[in-house]
Amino acid sequence: MGLAKRIIPCLDVDAGRVVKGVKFVEIRDAGDPVEIARRYNEEGADEITFLDITASSDERETMVHVVEQVASEVFIPLTVGGGIRTLEDVRRMLMAGADKVAINTAAVFNPKFVREAADRFGSQCIVVAIDAKRVSGKGEPLRWEIFTHGGRKPTGIDALEWARKMADYGAGEILLTSMDRDGTRIGFDNELNRAVAETVPVPLIASGGVGNLQHLVEGITEGGADAVLAASIFHFGEYSIGEAKRYMAEHGIEVRL
Amino acid sequence: MNQRIAVLDYGMGNLRSVSKAIEHVAPDAEVRVTDDHDWIRKADRVVFPGQGAARDCMAAIGRHHLNQAIREAVEEKPFLGICMGLQVLMEFSEENEGTELLGILPGRVIRFSEEMSGERGLPLKIPHMGWSRVEQVQPHPLWKGVEDGSRFYFVHSYHVVPEDERLVAGVTEYGVRFASALARDNLFAVQFHPEKSADAGLRLLENFVRWMPS
Repeated sequence: MGLAKRIIPCLDVDAGRVVKGVKFVEIRDAGDPVEIARRYNEEGADEITFLDITASSDERETMVHVVEQVASEVFIPLTVGGGIRTLEDVRRMLMAGADKVAINTAAVFNPKFVREAADRFGSQCIVVAIDAKRVSGKGEPLRWEIFTHGGRKPTGIDALEWARKMADYGAGEILLTSMDRDGTRIGFDNELNRAVAETVPVPLIASGGVGNLQHLVEGITEGGADAVLAASIFHFGEYSIGEAKRYMAEHGIEVRL
Repeated sequence: MNQRIAVLDYGMGNLRSVSKAIEHVAPDAEVRVTDDHDWIRKADRVVFPGQGAARDCMAAIGRHHLNQAIREAVEEKPFLGICMGLQVLMEFSEENEGTELLGILPGRVIRFSEEMSGERGLPLKIPHMGWSRVEQVQPHPLWKGVEDGSRFYFVHSYHVVPEDERLVAGVTEYGVRFASALARDNLFAVQFHPEKSADAGLRLLENFVRWMPS
């Protein structure tokens, strides 16, 4: 059909520095988000996502400068998530050069915020990030609920209903993270991905659990995702983005090479 | 004197990305994000970006009194429309229960059909978001050094349907084959975002800042 499946490296940024140690050969400063973003761009990343994990609100402004610097040098789409709570937060990130913002917790507490942000800035720049955890027991029909605060707080909200509602409210894209798989490196929860992909009309980014290149392939073929997001497999230099894309292409997935 | 490039500012869309990308390919140029008529009139080239809904864009163009400046620039100097900056050049959009557009190019703007089927048994996702190929259906100075079929970054739910096939410079397939680049004299307008399309996009912008239409 012609639309390439996207590979999106995700960087956690704390007070302007990339954390979880990115390991490239010959990198001058492994914590510099600009240098890392430039490298990912050169390797062929289709998009870059920054997750601002800064705890202190005093240092929030730092993320704006990071985005400004990256946007001056790296000409692919940039998404920024973490701490986006008000229309002003959205506006500042877009003005700094972000193309999209990812809204997570704030959407759960105030779903109308998503609608307001989409009305004001357009659905194309509003990504709703959903952290979902499997709550069905063995033998029961599959069911997932959304969790906030990095997967610690249950909300009782059904993940599929929530995804549908967020798309109705104007989310242009859903970033779906399986809290069961996040950090495990055993692969995506593709039953979850597939269920959401069949539920929402907007593109789906699958996240959580990638440990090898075959997992990326499965996110597309089994999960029905439009894009796959991963952090550690790229950061630690196990695989380059280019290797990931070639592997996916060899397995029949259309990618931008 | 260094050339001046005006990026039209009417409050719609990520103008910073566009101006940064232009500065990147034209480091000696004076690039200004502006709605100032005098400056636009004196500029050597005009870039017309845009995002958001058709009706909001038209209202914002009205509020910034840019209607006349756009018409003049389209007649007089190299002009690059991007995304909504392509769509609003047409006559009419289906968006927002029907919106009258600038009517500079004959044709209309329609929505991708939700009934189209996509891949792996799923319906076609709307918006069309991501990297798609652009087939160069006519030679043009802005395609110089850009391989035919290169991928560019798209984000849109509506696409243009020009009345005159001869205006079509690029075609993309997403459920349907649609016009993703239009060209007429000194005007070039694209549905995709060259400022977000890595090397292919920067090459197109570089070609634009050097373009000398006869």
